[in-house]
Amino acid sequence: MWFYRLLLHLYPASFRAEYGEEMCAIFARERRNALGALADVFPNAAAAHADILRQDLRLAIRTLTSSRGFTITALLVVALGIGANTAVFSLVDYVLIRPLPFADADRLVKVWQRQSGYSRMELSPANYRDWKAMTRSFASLAAYTSMSHNLVTQQEPERIEGEHVTAELFPLLGAKPMLGRVFAPQEDTAEGPRTVILSYTLWQSIFGGDPNVLGRNVTLDDNSYSVIGVMPPDFHFPSIDTEFWAPLRLEAANYEDRNDNFLQAIGKLRPGVSIAQARAEMTVAAAQLERRYPRENEHIGAAVIALRDELSEQSRLSLSALAGASVCVLLIACTNLASLLLARGLARRKELAVRAALGAGRERLVRQLVTESLLLAVLGGALGVAASRAALPLLTKLVPHTLPLAQLPPLDFRILLFAAAVTLLTGIAFGMLPAFRASRGSRFADLHEGARAGGGRKERLRAALVIAEVATSVVLLVGSGLLLRALWRLQTVDPGFRSEGVLTLRTWLPWPRYAVTERRTQFYHRVLEEVRQLPGVSNAAYITFLPMTMTGGIWPISVNGDTSIRTESHVASLRFVTPSFFATTAIPLRLGRDVAESDTIDRPFVAVVSESFARRYWPDQSPLGRHFHVAFHDREIVGVVSDISVRGLERPSEPQVYLPYRQHPDESLVFYAPKDLAVKCAGNPMSIVPAIRRIVQKADPRQPISDVRMLADVVAAQTAPRATQVRALGAFAAVAFLLAAIGIHGLLAFAVSQRTPEIGIRVALGARPANIFGMVLAQGLWTAAAGVAGGVVLGALAAQGLKGLLAGVQPADPVTFAAAVVLCVAMTLAGCLAPAWRALRVDPTRAMRAE
Amino acid sequence: MSNAESFLPLPSATFHILMALADEDRHGYAIIQDVAERTSGELKLSAGTLYRSIQRMLEQGLIVETRERPAPEEDDERRRYYRITPFGIEVARAEARRLQQLLKLARASGFAPGRA
Repeated sequence: MWFYRLLLHLYPASFRAEYGEEMCAIFARERRNALGALADVFPNAAAAHADILRQDLRLAIRTLTSSRGFTITALLVVALGIGANTAVFSLVDYVLIRPLPFADADRLVKVWQRQSGYSRMELSPANYRDWKAMTRSFASLAAYTSMSHNLVTQQEPERIEGEHVTAELFPLLGAKPMLGRVFAPQEDTAEGPRTVILSYTLWQSIFGGDPNVLGRNVTLDDNSYSVIGVMPPDFHFPSIDTEFWAPLRLEAANYEDRNDNFLQAIGKLRPGVSIAQARAEMTVAAAQLERRYPRENEHIGAAVIALRDELSEQSRLSLSALAGASVCVLLIACTNLASLLLARGLARRKELAVRAALGAGRERLVRQLVTESLLLAVLGGALGVAASRAALPLLTKLVPHTLPLAQLPPLDFRILLFAAAVTLLTGIAFGMLPAFRASRGSRFADLHEGARAGGGRKERLRAALVIAEVATSVVLLVGSGLLLRALWRLQTVDPGFRSEGVLTLRTWLPWPRYAVTERRTQFYHRVLEEVRQLPGVSNAAYITFLPMTMTGGIWPISVNGDTSIRTESHVASLRFVTPSFFATTAIPLRLGRDVAESDTIDRPFVAVVSESFARRYWPDQSPLGRHFHVAFHDREIVGVVSDISVRGLERPSEPQVYLPYRQHPDESLVFYAPKDLAVKCAGNPMSIVPAIRRIVQKADPRQPISDVRMLADVVAAQTAPRATQVRALGAFAAVAFLLAAIGIHGLLAFAVSQRTPEIGIRVALGARPANIFGMVLAQGLWTAAAGVAGGVVLGALAAQGLKGLLAGVQPADPVTFAAAVVLCVAMTLAGCLAPAWRALRVDPTRAMRAE
Repeated sequence: MSNAESFLPLPSATFHILMALADEDRHGYAIIQDVAERTSGELKLSAGTLYRSIQRMLEQGLIVETRERPAPEEDDERRRYYRITPFGIEVARAEARRLQQLLKLARASGFAPGRA
């Protein structure tokens, strides 16, 4: 018998209370069939629960559809909280936390040279070789260098990006090909066979995914490479843009110059070796090398950085800011939901009291409200998943290119569950409060028509929630405002050149066919002459690399014959140009002349320098006719142009040195041969691209063109991640702002409806409309003021954290803070207006009759 | 009020309970016994099934709990008595008609003995 009683607890409490006793009585009479009765409990208890659930769901759907405003608001709030958080945290986890997709990813490190002014500099082959031999911290060390090639096929030639890598690289990453093999240990030598491994994308595009690709040949530049393998689609190294891998073929000559830095190095630490230990060992090795080669390796140290940390401080900060903002949104969403449910609970007190009076127990009331909250949460969650799916692709610009990751992070379901759980718990917790209240004994007063749902404590709770919302939205407004100011500031930075109407494209001339300068000169002449004839084209010129497309190309400078000038650690960016590059991009010529066709290899070597270069060495004198040494030669300054942002809008740029393209010695400085064509054109520049393509084809049928874009887009790309971030953060701030406004409006509207009798009495006693209006307004403003005060303090803290992203805007920027405060006050006023207006129209006789 | 047709077909437990209450008010255990008797022991409602059905039938308005109690010597405080409502009668009749129709069809197709 006691066992049966125990089993009855499986039934819903309301059912048990109603029928438990009788069921026990029947059980007592039917002793013969005790076993059957016991077994009968399980299916029936489950069915009884299902009955109630069905009933509650029906009721929940009915109540939710009948109060449409509440339901839609609540659903939006839940969807926003869940959606925004899932998207942002999926991204953050993908970029910052999750191990990179390689074997033993936590042991992978990058090794860099460190020298004055540069914390991460590529390695010279000689230093790489020596460091590798001198250290024991690494289980394996591999080198690679980016190299793009002209791919010549039956169709139009194209430019493809790839890497030349040492044989250690693939085993080090634990990467297996999906077809064929990776490089054998002896393949990466100067005499080794020319082999190539294709990325999945390239395999698809040029071989149409042909499984019999192994052993076929591809022509890269003028050499034939035999395909030995294809990598799987999810392998990206070192970046998503890499389309092929070929063995790094270092020749004896590559080891001669220790200042020719072009290798990137990646290492796998031995198990148990920490990064600090590897760093210490590398420091010792670097010091030894410095002693052995005091001139070339002067001040050259080593940096060892976890591969995961190959992320600019800015990217990291930017993602953290976004994560912070989305937590704020989740917080606001929860607060708003809580506030909505509290208000609704108060408004439904009568309904619940009626149900309690009719005999519904606490369990049934709580159950009903929980079902409602769950229904809201599930529907909102589904909307949230849809929202995060839609939002995620918008955030891909924030996946940094420096990490070997695909650009589209997967949706993280653990995070989805977390966000859903948080909202769900909020919903359940605040959704249940009214049920407990209603069931706490009989509340006769609640049944009274027009019962006031004052409930002082709950109203204070709601006010606190609204204050928290206002504070959070101030924080978000300040954060996004500061970032917006930073973006504006960067967008108005003068890059030093005019990008409007300048079309650019790249023709990367392959070596050794173009190793002789005269050969290249012929190519440039043919192309430039014909391009200049095209309709609408006013100018055209070639340069090594367009500004902002290449952050390297930095060379040491020395000034001869003037011992008063110290030039250690003095560097400048170096580019070869054809005449009229400055005119094409509207870089003002300040002194002297442009480079000229007459500046040939047999004439005295000359250079055009930027103003900052001239100022650095000859502050108060004319730099024209002065000499300095760069890239193996002494050069005379013949012209001065104004400075440009070579390195980008946000980074300080080195002074610039431009050399005439015909003074480029044969067979040397491969990397510096002009390859970027800039065309100044009126009208729609993109319309002349086919014509330019034909011109290049005529000059060299095997020459592809790549990177066709407007110079303005190159500049815009500088601020694109920022713009994305400002948009994301701005959207969060707008949402928070809107939610806070709804919160304030809800709070006041409710307060006014509760105070209607009081207001009626006041009006009857002679209060003027202005008094009533002011009374409601004051309540709203006090709430807002408390929130704004808190928000300003928190916002100031957050702004300090954002400092690294502000591009020189002060974290305590008064304009931003003032704007945030003004906006919040305006929002409060807007939220107050409708309730205050309603208060004005309270009819004293009716209000008092209701009492 | 709901339309009687919308309750059809009735779950068999519900129909049996309605039949048990057709002639007099009964308490739970009496219903079980009556159903068993009527079906010659073929159908023995369990307590869980009975009260789950009763709960639903109360909500649907097919039966009510009656306040009239039998003579004190036969009464047990714990017992509750149930009475069929006019609507319950209407629904039971509708169900019977439905079954009759069904049987007619079954006869016509030769599944059941008797005239079509």
